[in-house]
Amino acid sequence: MTDPTPLEARRALIQQFFTRVPHNIALGILIEDLPADGGVMRLPYAPHLVGNPHTGVIHGGVITALIDATCGAAVFMALHQPVPVATLDLRIDYLRAARAGLDVLAHAHCYKVTSNVAFVRCEAYHAEEPDAFIATGAGAFMVGTKRGTIRPAEAT
Amino acid sequence: MTDVAQALHAFRRDGDGTALCAAVPFLTFLGVGFAVREGHVLGHLPFRDTNVGNPALPALHGGALGAVLEATAIAEILWSSEALVIPKTINLTVDYLRSARPVDTWARGIITKHGRRVINVRAEAWQDDPSEPVATATAHFLVLAD
Repeated sequence: MTDPTPLEARRALIQQFFTRVPHNIALGILIEDLPADGGVMRLPYAPHLVGNPHTGVIHGGVITALIDATCGAAVFMALHQPVPVATLDLRIDYLRAARAGLDVLAHAHCYKVTSNVAFVRCEAYHAEEPDAFIATGAGAFMVGTKRGTIRPAEAT
Repeated sequence: MTDVAQALHAFRRDGDGTALCAAVPFLTFLGVGFAVREGHVLGHLPFRDTNVGNPALPALHGGALGAVLEATAIAEILWSSEALVIPKTINLTVDYLRSARPVDTWARGIITKHGRRVINVRAEAWQDDPSEPVATATAHFLVLAD
């Protein structure tokens, strides 16, 4: 049994991986915080994310991408060894429309990791209204893939 | 009529989603398109670098797949149901079955239950072979006027 990868090393790996994901970059998703077993991401409001041109409200699909990315980071933070993870399933409940012009935050918590599967929950909200969730998500992620562990060359 | 209302009208009349997708910035960003084939909506997510979620494999982002599944389900409701309001997504569950390669992806939705307030849609997305979906989804939509 190898020693767990230290928290700071896991944070650094996610920072390195995340900044190389084209879709996250194109959406403008930023890492806000990487607590142990969790992740907080910020999605700055931007015109290309709009789903309803009358109201300026962002598209539900953007929230899906934000929650997926945040859940993935939370799972990775909860792992003691840096192995690849893949979304198995993800359920999103859309509780209310996001407000036009405001950033969206997503906060995910990975509450259970087994040898093959990790379970994670996530809430999306505006910083201005942290108790009024825009959407909640629940997902299961496969831990480790047939590609094996992340090689240092891929992680840098 | 507004641009969106006109685009919606054109889509319901002709089954051509070009104007509708052009009116929605996020669908334009993803490159999503709709056409009607054999009486049902066929959604299209073209391969674009900006839709990649894992550059090491490479594979498409789960969010982009979820978005095309949701958008295709909504388009199927707009095309085939009598509901006159734009459906509001209540929830969406996506099963990711395979890694989605960096190629074009297609999607379709089937209305499983059309209730008075809620419509249930099953949707699937595939790449080369429709019998091997890369992702499937179940979604509920509210179709009540505000």
